[in-house]
Amino acid sequence: MNKSFTPQPSKDPTWQSAQTSRIPFWVYTDPSVHAKELSKIFYGAHWSYVGLLAEIPKLGDFKKTQIGEREVIMVRDHIHPSQKDIDHGIRVVENRCAHRGVRFLQASYGNKRSFVCPYHQWAYKLNGDLGGLPFKDGVIDGENKQGGMPESFDLKSHGLNRLRVEVLHGLVFASFDSDAPDLQTYLGPEIMPFIDRIFKGRELTLLGYNRQRIPGNWKLMMENIKDPYHPGLLHTWFVTFGLWRADQKSRMVLDQKGRHSVMLSRRNEGGKGQVTQGVTSFKANMKLEDDRLLDIVTEPWWTIQDPQHPGETITPSVTMITLFPSLIIQQQVNSLSTRQIIPSGNGHFDFVWTHFGFKEDNEEMKKRRLRQSNLFGPAGYVSADDGEVIEFSQSGFEQFNSDGQHNGETLCELDGVGVQATEHMVTETLIRGMYRYWREVMEL
Amino acid sequence: MNARVTPPTFFTDSVEPLLDASQLKDWTFEINTLNAQYARVLDEGHYQDWPNFFIECAQYKIQARENYDRALPLCIVDLESKGMMKDRIYGITETIFHAPYYSRHIISQSLILGLQTSSNAHEGVRQCIGTLSALLGPQDKALDPTCLLVSTSNYGVYRTKPGKTSEIFSVGQYIDHWLVTSEGLKIASRQCIYDSEMILNSLIYPL
Repeated sequence: MNKSFTPQPSKDPTWQSAQTSRIPFWVYTDPSVHAKELSKIFYGAHWSYVGLLAEIPKLGDFKKTQIGEREVIMVRDHIHPSQKDIDHGIRVVENRCAHRGVRFLQASYGNKRSFVCPYHQWAYKLNGDLGGLPFKDGVIDGENKQGGMPESFDLKSHGLNRLRVEVLHGLVFASFDSDAPDLQTYLGPEIMPFIDRIFKGRELTLLGYNRQRIPGNWKLMMENIKDPYHPGLLHTWFVTFGLWRADQKSRMVLDQKGRHSVMLSRRNEGGKGQVTQGVTSFKANMKLEDDRLLDIVTEPWWTIQDPQHPGETITPSVTMITLFPSLIIQQQVNSLSTRQIIPSGNGHFDFVWTHFGFKEDNEEMKKRRLRQSNLFGPAGYVSADDGEVIEFSQSGFEQFNSDGQHNGETLCELDGVGVQATEHMVTETLIRGMYRYWREVMEL
Repeated sequence: MNARVTPPTFFTDSVEPLLDASQLKDWTFEINTLNAQYARVLDEGHYQDWPNFFIECAQYKIQARENYDRALPLCIVDLESKGMMKDRIYGITETIFHAPYYSRHIISQSLILGLQTSSNAHEGVRQCIGTLSALLGPQDKALDPTCLLVSTSNYGVYRTKPGKTSEIFSVGQYIDHWLVTSEGLKIASRQCIYDSEMILNSLIYPL
């Protein structure tokens, strides 16, 4: 074959099908798509997780984090006595000085009475209001006033960019956009019972952080936790010890828009069965030398009224909640964490795990939660390989799109091409649901 | 579930300086040699030999510096016995799917901080050493189960995926508690406290 090489003109990315069961590779690889996502999703009318109240227990405590690629600061501010019933005191401000745009705060966490930009010492209150700035009224030389801000300069209109904040139980969310609906409406009545189940009425304790940088598009992480097909195949521990496998009672829940979801399941005893046939990750003879890692205790709060079947109760051992765009809430047996997605260009994201327990936990339960954390995180028996396969996925998309032709697509047609809740886990419905919403908001 | 005693938690405070210069030199030499062997075992991929540096009830932790500094207990790897270390080796060699990589340790000269004995330790540590004595099996052959040598050394671990360039994978320090046994020093606790808080995707092999 001797064909002369003719460069193809680059095509604009288009999503051909009306369905969302085939996801084009350019969704993950095109920088212009990523910029649009930041603008429409992360900085648009959505709520992003910024942290836990337990991270900032005292007045002046702050934590720096990101929404999309913008740094924000979550801080505990004064509450005016007249507001004490309606103000939670939590503020979220952007880490960008109103004067010259400096990212003024460098510490990741700490305690402050005010925020002061190091460049020209503009000082902000904890709520982001500009408190003062040097030489505002100029310098007096004899009878002359030299320089200073114009008379019309108003401190009130030069505060930090202050985000909308909502606190749900111990979770803090923020939004750049005043058009976002209130948080509970945003999350939806299908999802709320599963958030209430873990958090409502409980005080959290902070166990610590793990961070990993994953070389893949941020959406691949959401897909991973909307994909009940892989855990019983990729993760030996899940299938062998019955923590997550296809023969379990499980359910896939979506909100009306398909953007948020819950995968829930009830563990079984594991071992050999129909679902382990041909599953190469299943290890029939795997035994632990020290089985304390599987010292799982059923906690009373696991059982709730079944939101989908009134009058019945459910006791899931696993609930994996994805809140679009950037939060995963994990309950895997006794291990609890939030996992925050922080994108960095279209080909990388940082994944920040915050593990927590409850104030009422005794030492034994605290130790159990920590011990089970060996299963999760960047070194975890059932998580390390998720980061790895995401990296390989991104590599596959990028190699095929290296010519700028926007070709190629992933296939998500397990259990059809539609979007619906299911009472089983042999489905890719949740991924299709997320892309149905993604296309709507991205107008693609 | 097997009934077990809660293993000890180790501290680096209340360490009594080791004043005998000759013994300090000998033990420093021995720790450096053991660290060189430890690095070789991991870097050559002889993972099955790795737990043998530890006593039966040893602790092995890989923890982000931010958690260590703030006294937050979370680790990315938190093992409480030689059995759990063997399980980790089985887990990483037989169950976790990952891109293959070589690791290469550079471990600094160790600094002996001193001795921790039940007489110089505060109450918490005294209890720990007491628990440690109770947990030791005959295979541990401790000469003095009430005395631990405390040391620290810096480590750097490079990661190289075959055919690719090398990366600095993890930089940090080991905080170690050694038990003096008739077969030489054994690790009672190794805490790998890493400065490289943003892990390059996944961490598979021990540090």
